Amino acid sequence: MLLGTFGYGREFDQFIDLNKLGGIITKGTSLKPRPGNKPPRICETPSGMLNSIGLQNPGVEYFAENDLPWLKKFDTAIIVNACGSSIDEYVELCKILNTLDIDGVELNLSCPNVKAGCLAFGTTYEGVKEVTSAVRKVLDKPLIVKLTPNVTDITLTAKAVEDAGADAVSLINTLLGMSINIDTRKPYLANNTGGLSGPAVKPVAVRMVYQVAKAVNIPVLGMGGILTGEDAIEFMLAGANAVSIGCGNFVSPDVSIKAIDGIENYMKKYKIEDINSIVGTVQMN
Amino acid sequence: MPVNIKAKLVEKEQLKPDIFKFTISAKEIADTAKPGQFLEIRVSDNIDPFLRRPISIYDINKENSTVTFIFQVKGKGTEILCKKNIGDDIDVLGPLGFGSFNVEDYKNISIIGGGIGVFPLHELAKVASKTANVNTYLGFRSKDFVVCENEFNKISKKLVITTDDGSYGANGFAINYLIEDLNKLKTDCIYACGPSPMLRAVQKLALEKNIPCQISLEERMGCGIGACLGCAVKTAASSKDMPQYVHVCKAGPVFDASYVEI
Repeated sequence: MLLGTFGYGREFDQFIDLNKLGGIITKGTSLKPRPGNKPPRICETPSGMLNSIGLQNPGVEYFAENDLPWLKKFDTAIIVNACGSSIDEYVELCKILNTLDIDGVELNLSCPNVKAGCLAFGTTYEGVKEVTSAVRKVLDKPLIVKLTPNVTDITLTAKAVEDAGADAVSLINTLLGMSINIDTRKPYLANNTGGLSGPAVKPVAVRMVYQVAKAVNIPVLGMGGILTGEDAIEFMLAGANAVSIGCGNFVSPDVSIKAIDGIENYMKKYKIEDINSIVGTVQMN
Repeated sequence: MPVNIKAKLVEKEQLKPDIFKFTISAKEIADTAKPGQFLEIRVSDNIDPFLRRPISIYDINKENSTVTFIFQVKGKGTEILCKKNIGDDIDVLGPLGFGSFNVEDYKNISIIGGGIGVFPLHELAKVASKTANVNTYLGFRSKDFVVCENEFNKISKKLVITTDDGSYGANGFAINYLIEDLNKLKTDCIYACGPSPMLRAVQKLALEKNIPCQISLEERMGCGIGACLGCAVKTAASSKDMPQYVHVCKAGPVFDASYVEI
């Protein structure tokens, strides 16, 4: 069980025992600090939300000095979500991350909310392969690449990740969306469009995890609308080797702990001894 | 220290057709809550509506271990919330917000609120009235919108109610009456909550007159605990090329007026 959208963990320490989590994926972290987008940045939608935060973060140096030492107090894997606007920037950032006491890097090639970079790299086989290969050369730590669902065929970008030598793929990032205030005739988000997440995207995520797990031989980290143990099981049956919770953390800070309990209950119910044994065992009609 | 609990609804009152006053039994929250803080309420266990609803605290009763909040029915979340009955459990996360109203050792304070922005000012006025003279200025659209007059009357040395159309109380905007009194009465600090145009005017006034001022802000909010970075507000230190944002749920909701750009 891994957590994204989790800030740097501090916000949740007051509600849950972080040691119980398999890992924490930090919020998107860049080489230099990023101020983020103009508000309003979020907007609720049916069974989900749109966000356009714009990767606000204090930069990798600040993270290394202030947040990482605090996170290291816990017995949980620390994976840094890395974002950039150019290949050079990704490489520089990952050179620094390679020197830190972290357990892995998740490359964010697919944030829909920033003007330059990210999504541009994330939508083609060539783009994903180029940036992943460049990062692979400077990063000895486990490398996960996060895929955007805003493509025609997600198995192509997944294969690019594998071909470039990354260790795992994670999916899905948010789906690009828009919501309009019919009184003002303006989009609710200042950035007009934003990324859709939450239970609303779960069926799309499960389908894509299924497709990607069939297409590649590296592990798949599944995410997209998971709130409960049952949701997590669905992703694992589709082919996810691990799962992560994103905006579900905003609904209830202890959603991850309850999901872990839910997975254990499922294992008891079906007398499953090793959860890995269910991965990819969906029986298609 | 915030907690996530199921709190029993012990009192419910409909103040207006669309405004409800709820009192919940919540010792863990009442014990530590401060004026200006807020709650994040999950209105149902369903996934729609998805997010919690941020609602400011109106009253904290440490003796009875209760917390009271007043809210306006605005959408599907508050529509569900207002149908809760006495005895029902409500999923509450709180108290939230590191920036709360600070009464310091001020002797004369002025409180200005507009519309549904008057609610978070109540606990502040109550606490401050024990040690300070509280002058309160509350503005509403018209007579039908005036709420909590008696409650504020009890804890204010002077209370001015205004309506934009003059249908009740004094005519016009509350800030005009505050300005009048600032020239006559000694004021150590101004506290404000309400619509953005009012807050901007109060901010300008306080900065010009060099009076300390604390304002409570609102922004579309996700988690309420500083993780999602949704409820951003620009700081006054921002430049055009380099904006700087802090978050209402974490740095606020109460800010020093000189610190933020409204």
